[in-house]
Amino acid sequence: MYISLNDRPDDLQPPRSGARARVSSVVITLGIVSMLTDVSSESVSAILPLYITGVIGLSTVAYGFLDGIYQGISALVRIAAGWAADRGGQPKWIAFFGYGLSAVARIGLLFATGFAALTAVITVDRLGKGIRTAPRDALISASSDVGNLGRSFGTHRMLDTIGAALGPLIAFVILFLIPDGYSTVFVVSLAFALIGVALLGLVVPNIRPTARPTEERPSAPRFRWKQLTDPRLRRLLVAAGLLGLLTIGDGFLYLLLQTRGAFAAEWFPLLYVGTNLTFLALAIPAGRLADRVGRARVFVVGHLALLAAYVVAALPANGAPLTIACLLLLGVFYAATDGILAALASQFTPPEARATGIAAAQTVVALARLIASTTFGLLWFLYGSQTAVIGVAVALALVIPIVALLLRRPTLNRAGV
Amino acid sequence: MTGRSRWWLLSAVTAVVITAATVYGVGEWRRYQALQAAPSSVDVIEGPALTGPRVLFRNTSVGNEYGLVAAVPLDDPGAPRTISDLECDRVDATSDRTVCLRTDRGVVTTFEATIYGADGTRESSSPLPGIPSRTRLSENSRLVATTAFVTGHSYLAVGFSTETVVTDIAAGTSANIEEFDFEVDGRPVTSPDRNMWGVTFATDDNTFFATAASGGRTWLVKGDLAARTLVAVTEGAECPALSPDESRIAYKKKTVSGGTAEWAVAILDVASGTEIVLPGDRSVDDQAEWLDDSTVLYGLPRIDAVGDNDIWAVAADGTSDPVLFIEHAWSPAVVRGG
Repeated sequence: MYISLNDRPDDLQPPRSGARARVSSVVITLGIVSMLTDVSSESVSAILPLYITGVIGLSTVAYGFLDGIYQGISALVRIAAGWAADRGGQPKWIAFFGYGLSAVARIGLLFATGFAALTAVITVDRLGKGIRTAPRDALISASSDVGNLGRSFGTHRMLDTIGAALGPLIAFVILFLIPDGYSTVFVVSLAFALIGVALLGLVVPNIRPTARPTEERPSAPRFRWKQLTDPRLRRLLVAAGLLGLLTIGDGFLYLLLQTRGAFAAEWFPLLYVGTNLTFLALAIPAGRLADRVGRARVFVVGHLALLAAYVVAALPANGAPLTIACLLLLGVFYAATDGILAALASQFTPPEARATGIAAAQTVVALARLIASTTFGLLWFLYGSQTAVIGVAVALALVIPIVALLLRRPTLNRAGV
Repeated sequence: MTGRSRWWLLSAVTAVVITAATVYGVGEWRRYQALQAAPSSVDVIEGPALTGPRVLFRNTSVGNEYGLVAAVPLDDPGAPRTISDLECDRVDATSDRTVCLRTDRGVVTTFEATIYGADGTRESSSPLPGIPSRTRLSENSRLVATTAFVTGHSYLAVGFSTETVVTDIAAGTSANIEEFDFEVDGRPVTSPDRNMWGVTFATDDNTFFATAASGGRTWLVKGDLAARTLVAVTEGAECPALSPDESRIAYKKKTVSGGTAEWAVAILDVASGTEIVLPGDRSVDDQAEWLDDSTVLYGLPRIDAVGDNDIWAVAADGTSDPVLFIEHAWSPAVVRGG
């Protein structure tokens, strides 16, 4: 069976300045804003368990319950912020509000002493993250050519992930120099957050996404929910949701690897670094490839990498090469899907509704993954970890072709093609 | 605002923020250096390691000996402490062995459990998956248990999970007690969210007690190392400590549930099953250690200083309030022999 996944943008609309259009400086600036913010948030995340157990003197038991609540809130806030960005036509300032909120949370961190205060600070930080993501992705999309959307999002995600990789490094260097220097980590984190917010506020233009040069129209077209009815967007949401339901958290895979081999057990606290490095190295190549051969195609192939990661994790054998292979495959999965999803959602949404469209896709994925984690926990309980992973892998192997069909270019049989 | 003035403003903001953060960081570094150079704020004896009955602990008095294992004589806990060069987050010891859980800070921060012989020689070492939590040696030094958090880099990524490993030093075997058969009221619990932590050993080197958790509930469990089983004894009891005469178990009991948990120390009489909650108005998040058959020790963080703790003592029959036992100390280990 030959499945056409030909959604090459140049079939939809020729790029403005040739196939090799450059990535806009706005995208790079937004990437640097995200990088600075990720240095800020990841430096704190990396040391928070040490801080909570070692300094505040709480056992880690205390914060396990937070996870689900914050994921739910974050998803709702994301949709609302996307809608607000479209409705008011101010994506930059909605994003600014989100980044600003996270920066304010950093100030709170300097004064939080108990668990309740810490919980409040983390919640505010996560709310900020939920708010900023979709408007920012709408800005990226508005300042890119249709022909290089994948590359633009790839560039942004690479810079973002560099920040995520640098953050823990900076935090641990500070703690290496000043072993009780948690407050220094918080101050440095705040500094990165403030520079990021200033860069966004002062340099990034508030690009109002418009379909085409306005033809003497005093007001830009208004956002309406009806604008989200493109069948391609609906199919994307269904596809992303189906795949999200079979995307178990990295944490589960790391735990599985850790129980398997001494190598993974020893390096357990650092497994995520391997995934992140692969993600940042491949984000741009994956984006460019998506622009050339079709974003949906790369999105589907990315899930094949996830499938391969499951298979590797389920193998009865263990050892360093398999652990590393699993981390590489997870990195490929993120590089081929994270930015590409936003690019696909942009592609299928009219400019006036873009932030909402992107937010919808990201929310569907986030909620589906939340369900996936919970369900996977149940499967793990009923059938054991290895069988559970094999089961999810089989389901993913069945769903990938269905998704490939769903995302197939809808306008088939065009004359002359 | 023109494009140029925006860039000037950005440069100014960046310069101010970087300068402020650098000044703060350098200030903190100098404070830490001064602290390192300063002598301990408590009385310290220089000299050879303390022998005989003693209490070992992690010294948390600020100064150049912060985090090092120290000891005081068992019969005179208020005496000046003898400081070793061993750095541990959690420590337990008998007259024959010492087990030390440690955080190796660095650009790559790792965690390890190391066992030392009576003369301080390093016998073995193994990596831990995360932040050290609890450790115990059996009375005759054959078994060692370690608990560490499995947190990865971000607490939001995995949530709360622990790994507890029991190692038979004589046989050279290790077992993750999460893989043991676990039953509550005769029904097996196989949920994947099972967590086990805080082991205490009986003197037969096979029986042990620990905490098991699943679905938001916790149980005190009795374990059998040879049979690889865990059986729930009572609910809501964490971090058990078996008394030297093995007649009672001290543990922390959750008194307030919800967002901020509070724990009190309680004593279970094994034969009769009666429980006494000991007096004390502060929440205790530690694994108790028996000083003798009538007194238990536990650590409490100092309210006025971060990273500093005190060890408190309380009568196990619940007749008196806790009293300060050793100041600026954490993770007590009572060495009775030797």
